[in-house]
Amino acid sequence: MQDILSSFEHYHKWLREHEEPVAETAGFLTDRIRQIEPDIHAFIRLDKERIVCRGRSLDERSQGGALWAVPVAIKDNICIKGELTTCASHILDGFRPPYNATVIEKLLAENALLFPGANMDEFAFGSSCETSFYGPTRNPWDLSRIPGGSSGGSAASVASGEVAAALGSDTGGSIRQPAAMCGVVGFKPTYGRVSRYGLIAFASSLDQIGPITRNISDCARMLEVISGYDANDSTSVDSPVPKYTESLGKQIKGMTIGLPEEYMGEGIDEDVRRSVTESVDVLKRLGAKIIDISLPHTKYAVSCYYIIAPAEASSNLARFDGVHYGYRSPKSDDLIDMYVNSRSEGFGKEAKRRILLGTYSLSSGYYDAYYLKAQKVRTKLSQDFDRAFSECDCIVTPTAPNTAFKIGERMDDPLMMYLSDVFTIPANLAGLPAVSVPCGQDRNGMPVGLQLMARPFDEEALIKVAHAFESETAYHKMFSGGCG
Amino acid sequence: MSDIYETVIGLEVHVQLSTRTKAFCGCSTAFGAEANTQVCPVCLGLPGVLPVYNKKAFEYALKVAMALECDIQKTVKFDRKNYYYPDLPKNYQISQYDMPLAYNGKITIEDEEEGSIDIGITRAHLEEDAGKLMHDEQQAFSYVDLNRTGTPLLEIVSEPDIRSPEQAYEYLKALKQTIKYLDVSDCNMEEGSLRCDANVSLRRKGSEKFGSKVEIKNLNSFKAVRDALVFEQLRQEEALEEQEKVIQQTRLWNEQKNVTEPMRTKEEAQDYRYFPDPDLVPFEVAPEVLERVRQSMPELPRRRKERFVNQYRLSEKDVEVLTSEKPLADFYEAVVSEYNDPQAVCNWVKGEIMMHIKDRPKGIEDLGLKPGHLASIIEMSKKGKISGLAAKEVLRENLDSGKDPEMIVKEKGLEQVSDKGELESIVVKVIEQNEKSVNDYRGGKENALSYLVGQVMRQTKGKANPKLAGEMLRKKITG
Ligand SMILES: [Zn+2]
Repeated sequence: MQDILSSFEHYHKWLREHEEPVAETAGFLTDRIRQIEPDIHAFIRLDKERIVCRGRSLDERSQGGALWAVPVAIKDNICIKGELTTCASHILDGFRPPYNATVIEKLLAENALLFPGANMDEFAFGSSCETSFYGPTRNPWDLSRIPGGSSGGSAASVASGEVAAALGSDTGGSIRQPAAMCGVVGFKPTYGRVSRYGLIAFASSLDQIGPITRNISDCARMLEVISGYDANDSTSVDSPVPKYTESLGKQIKGMTIGLPEEYMGEGIDEDVRRSVTESVDVLKRLGAKIIDISLPHTKYAVSCYYIIAPAEASSNLARFDGVHYGYRSPKSDDLIDMYVNSRSEGFGKEAKRRILLGTYSLSSGYYDAYYLKAQKVRTKLSQDFDRAFSECDCIVTPTAPNTAFKIGERMDDPLMMYLSDVFTIPANLAGLPAVSVPCGQDRNGMPVGLQLMARPFDEEALIKVAHAFESETAYHKMFSGGCG
Repeated sequence: MSDIYETVIGLEVHVQLSTRTKAFCGCSTAFGAEANTQVCPVCLGLPGVLPVYNKKAFEYALKVAMALECDIQKTVKFDRKNYYYPDLPKNYQISQYDMPLAYNGKITIEDEEEGSIDIGITRAHLEEDAGKLMHDEQQAFSYVDLNRTGTPLLEIVSEPDIRSPEQAYEYLKALKQTIKYLDVSDCNMEEGSLRCDANVSLRRKGSEKFGSKVEIKNLNSFKAVRDALVFEQLRQEEALEEQEKVIQQTRLWNEQKNVTEPMRTKEEAQDYRYFPDPDLVPFEVAPEVLERVRQSMPELPRRRKERFVNQYRLSEKDVEVLTSEKPLADFYEAVVSEYNDPQAVCNWVKGEIMMHIKDRPKGIEDLGLKPGHLASIIEMSKKGKISGLAAKEVLRENLDSGKDPEMIVKEKGLEQVSDKGELESIVVKVIEQNEKSVNDYRGGKENALSYLVGQVMRQTKGKANPKLAGEMLRKKITG
């Protein structure tokens, strides 16, 4: 009973057997979440009435759709018409978008059951889900630990069995890193593959929406639904979307998989290294050819990212000024005060830190030294990948250098926190598709993630390899104690 | 203006492109709608939305670029200009910074003393407009209307090649005329679709170095531009003569007081933190697009003037009027193509037609006059079928009812009487009734005859052929 959400297939079977209206199922699922939530806090808000209402509207439609009644948690930075959407920030207090994000339209078209309000780091600034204005999310495997971030709520909601899938957004690893730390599958599609229309931007040139699921086949289903060109997004790419589910169950014999030396060096937790090495052996056993490759500019990726992402964020977040919507400070005498007070009171510490960083690196006199230089490094990094992909079909690395750490452990050490994303950031800078799949456990029983990266728009390669790996291992079936 | 100093003026002109929809969304750009009714999540800059550029605005800008003989950027890139203002919902403006769509162009103006001179165009770039603030002084509230937000603008920046307020005036005139010829903006200054800021400085004649520059804003008519520059020129000259320093600043034109005044601003240097807009992917200007725009270019004012002089053998002065606006020039040519007497048509257009289109907002288009109708009126008049007086009446009737001129002549019985038999009795009657004038004429007063002709015209309600009537009268009186 408790594991009805272990896969879409399983859930659909259960639905058929029980023949209950979706409205009732929606109520039942919400109640289940309510029991789990005091421990996890994966959701900022949970409005049972609205969720049951959505279930009822599904009952009124004919059954069908790839995601019929599938409960999907929605990260709080993806706009849903009429639904509170706050980016876990005080400054967006009370904001209800008058429109749906394109991915939401697509989920609704396939009859998914939406669970909005998944917790996150404020404006997706963070790697631990601790900067949410509404309080941190906890890791279902160990409640004293972080779930990773920024899509921590999305990952924890799937890992704890609250929902069957979630949408997250990934700017520097915000889907993959929490997926790894929560022992679930997290997929960042190629930049331009999924429309960003309706995703409240963090860094426009890096952000991409993607699914978090319990297994790779559900992930492929989600991906099939949300991908595709969108005329409302000029960065979205007009190329046909393959049927990703057809890549499931394919042999990986003969594929070449690159192992970059830069990702297995110093600073990696021993248990992570061991799990990844064992996983590479599994891939070898499955017939893949493993080769050593080099991505020499990887060491600049984090610095480069922390120039570009805050620069874009500082501009993207300028619209939150207390004038048109969201939080406005009550104590202002003139316009400048209104801006200053609203933003001072509305944004959290990390958001302010990034806005300052970005403002600084874009200001005249520093632009060339920082922003422009970072863009040049970004190009070099992409070229590294181009070279690597001329030799291999896929790259395998750890998703994060360590497993989930304790809540509060890195809050006062932003640099250490930023290093959590050292392996995930390069894929964002180069716009590549990348996935994290569970591949082991550390000495504390915390999950380890394996990251796979592929050529732009070759999501199929990732699904193929990840599915082959998953079929050969049982890590995705391991479950956290007590919460499921 | 003394002989010691030289005025250096550069103009920044914002032209609102007359696309039906905004620069980055599908909202209407119509002027005068109720506040905040022409807005959508995109132009409101709501969280999560993305801009998608308007291809039409881009083509309109290309037209202007070609007309101003600019080089055209191969790759179009948009940048963000970051600054806070409540009428700017994203708190950045999408604009073009280091790669303007068009650069390095020129426009020719007429200077009274120097004749034709070229004014360089530094650059022309696309950007989005901001909204409007409305202040309620009574309640100490301010309201924001975002209808105008996102309307496409083309900013055209001139080189500091302008040497006098008169030249600035001529520059604006030439620019407006050219843009209106292209039909990409109505250039209406009152509605804000053409806005101008002026940079002005003085320097010693012969000096290469520029003086301290003053920027004048709030110029909302051609006259204001000229007047403000005249004022500023004098003000700066006086300052220099008094050995005072001209402060580099922004000043506003106060139309009531006829002076420029320093703008109240906090003394902070603006840092716009320009950077490429990551939401808008740069794109190459396709050769097909360039070709299509090139094909759609109309004949521009200067070229058309030259052709009119050569082809129709008209005077420069006449041509100036006829080509002042494209629709008028088009209309003129349409009439000539129906009735090939360029000078006669010119006289009619310059005279009677201009009188009728005076005070009409759109000019000739508002008149609803068919070129064929005017051609037929002129032809009837020239051939003596109707008198000049009658012709004017036919035109008036045609403008009122749109009826065919020949029908009007027939219905109103305006056909000129050129039949001696018909006129005979009237001529006799006029001679009988105007003994005094008849005697005057006999006594050698030539004027008396025109009076008598007038009487004939009157009695025939203008239908008599005046030439014939005169001949008959003379014969009867002297014969
Ligand atoms: Zn709009």
